[in-house]
Amino acid sequence: MNNNSTPSVEDRVRASLKKRYAREKRFQYYGIGAILISLLFLCVLFGDIISKGYTAFQQTYVKLDIYFDPALITPEGQMDQNTLIHGDYSGIIKQSLRDAFPNVSGRQDKRKLYSIVSNGASHTLRKKVLAHPELIGKKQSVWVLADDEIDMLIKGHISRDIPEEDRRLKDNQIQWVDQLMADGRIEKRFNTTFFTSGDSRDPEMAGILGAAAGSFYTLLVTLALSFPIGIAAAIYLEEFAPQNRFTDFIEVNINNLAAVPSIVFGLLGLAIFINFLGLPRSAPLVGGLVLTLMTLPTIIIASRAALKSVPYSIREAALGVGASKMQVVTHHVLPLAMPGMLTGTIIGMAQALGETAPLLVIGMVAFVVDIPGGITDPSTALPVQVFLWADSPERAFVERTSAAIMVLLGFLALMNITGVLLRKRFERRW
Amino acid sequence: MNRKSIAIAAFSAVMVATSAQAASRDQISIVGSSTVYPFSTVVAQQFGEKTSFKTPIVESTGSGGGLKLFCAGVGVEHPDITNASRRIKKSEYDQCQANGVKDIIEVKIGYDGIVVANSKKADQLSLTRKDIFLALAKEIPDPKGGDKLVSNPYKTWKDVNGNLPAIKIEVLGPPPTSGTRDAFVELAMEGGCKKFDFIKAMKKEDSKAYKGVCHTLREDGAYVEAGENDNLIVQKLEANPSALGIFGFSFLDQNSDKVQGSKVDGVEPTFDAIADGSYPVSRPLYFYAKKAHIGSIPGIEEFLAEFTSEQAWGEEGYLSDRGLIPMPTEERQQFADDVKSLNSLSM
Repeated sequence: MNNNSTPSVEDRVRASLKKRYAREKRFQYYGIGAILISLLFLCVLFGDIISKGYTAFQQTYVKLDIYFDPALITPEGQMDQNTLIHGDYSGIIKQSLRDAFPNVSGRQDKRKLYSIVSNGASHTLRKKVLAHPELIGKKQSVWVLADDEIDMLIKGHISRDIPEEDRRLKDNQIQWVDQLMADGRIEKRFNTTFFTSGDSRDPEMAGILGAAAGSFYTLLVTLALSFPIGIAAAIYLEEFAPQNRFTDFIEVNINNLAAVPSIVFGLLGLAIFINFLGLPRSAPLVGGLVLTLMTLPTIIIASRAALKSVPYSIREAALGVGASKMQVVTHHVLPLAMPGMLTGTIIGMAQALGETAPLLVIGMVAFVVDIPGGITDPSTALPVQVFLWADSPERAFVERTSAAIMVLLGFLALMNITGVLLRKRFERRW
Repeated sequence: MNRKSIAIAAFSAVMVATSAQAASRDQISIVGSSTVYPFSTVVAQQFGEKTSFKTPIVESTGSGGGLKLFCAGVGVEHPDITNASRRIKKSEYDQCQANGVKDIIEVKIGYDGIVVANSKKADQLSLTRKDIFLALAKEIPDPKGGDKLVSNPYKTWKDVNGNLPAIKIEVLGPPPTSGTRDAFVELAMEGGCKKFDFIKAMKKEDSKAYKGVCHTLREDGAYVEAGENDNLIVQKLEANPSALGIFGFSFLDQNSDKVQGSKVDGVEPTFDAIADGSYPVSRPLYFYAKKAHIGSIPGIEEFLAEFTSEQAWGEEGYLSDRGLIPMPTEERQQFADDVKSLNSLSM
């Protein structure tokens, strides 16, 4: 047979083979390309946040020679707690700055001089004196917080090259700072304040601990409520509930709830928990209740999927050896489904950690200085703190915003890693 | 069953305990304007440091939202003080009265300038309020003459006013929910709008139509809603030297190395020009305190005293360091006296 005009099947396949391989390669490249693009975005995002925020982990301190003047601390010589608390510590700092720069005169210039040191410096001194009252009347060198603008100058966020009138720091202030630097009186240290204090309007004194504690209490309430309720609902729906229109209706509604915008849950929380039940505003208790409503559908859906993935033969085997339905669930199905349920819960919790919108309406977007000590104390949450700092005019809050984002991302990563590890550790495949 | 009832009992016990706790609030609760928030929080912080009272909680809810919460009633579950970047409206006052909030102490704290700024990389502009209106209004009087309104045809600033540079009109500003936007529209836009006699005449005949003309911003891309975050606007201006931005004076003050305020009606937006009233686009800021809460919530009187002290709102006070423009001495004195004698507002 002459095959020149009509090639055999094999030849045709062979001829198209190259094309088909090429197509498969191309398909793979598209996939790799998609991953690379997402990685690129992620790198740009992280790069931006980290490059802006890493400087916030350091803070500028100034060394001052402080004379603990008894005339300013205890004018009448009493040594009781109350007198010591109300001593004029900022007066002491002003005195020591005047001594360090005796040539500065004039009201305006003196004000500029005083602004080198943070308002928080007087707290440092107060704490020192309360702990060691014997310091009164003595001289000591003390490292105190520098003002946020000095901090920005040292970190290079304020340029020295621009004309004086366009700068918030004036020439003489920069000169003083340079002189302090030459004397070794300015130092950058690890910023412990950022991790140990609550919010403040002075960037150098602002910290993340208050918001972190608020997030912790909020998530505690959320976990304590949504985990048992979610799992109970999932077990009932999956193992016990009859298949009828009513359970179908419930299922559809749960799936719908998972897609409801979170602000709606916030409004619901405002109406029910605050206005009707009279729970306090700005409290992690209400925040936790609202976030419970939000995470419940996620947990129920994930838990049901985990229950479904337990093979039916296990249930049948258990029933076969005489276990009751309850025993089947608690002894066999639930332990096998637990890793999946935990993963779902952690994903739900991570989602709740990053949520701001519903907290806005229940008053958790607030300026709270004190670190909350329980679920009814007023507090904020980590993402709310990011939001509030991003909106503050002071330059130094820019780096703190990025640093707060890093802390938040750190917690999110930690939670997700825990989820992965739990799954790896307990997961069973059939 | 038994376990379940224990759980229910425990839950209700928690609820009761928390409501009991809520019934004895020992911390001042402040809500209201996001413009006043930076000032209110500074006072709150100082108050917390200086006195033995707890630091007040300050929420940023917006002026309208704050007044709504404030006027909802008397009692620990309602806030004690609300901040506002505008004066309380008659309707809000009536709402307050209807809900039993009878005595309200009104305190004006100072002024805030609204600036139209651009990047330092570009030249400083000198605008009039009429220029601003013509560049940003949705409908303007026909440039060919006559008392007719046409949709805004201007593309560049030179089209608006021959003395201005030939750069595209691109203004970044706050969205309609913002108090800054309300004030800008009222002071700058309406100020320019009134310069046209036939529009001014409309005010008497049909004040709704008048407002519609003067207060409506363009929607064809020349005015860009850039969100409530003023820091973001500053960043965008830096990246785009031909754009202008609208924001509060405190952000100009903090970023004077990056952006410059345009002159409005020949006046540069400086601290002094806003304080003496020569800069036209400035508005008063207020807070309102509930008299009924004095005595039941500790520290309100002391907080009011701190806010109205010269150390705070005076010409060299710590609030002026944050960009609040102080009132003239007599006005401060008058409001401080009002606060001392707890005079309540009547409308």
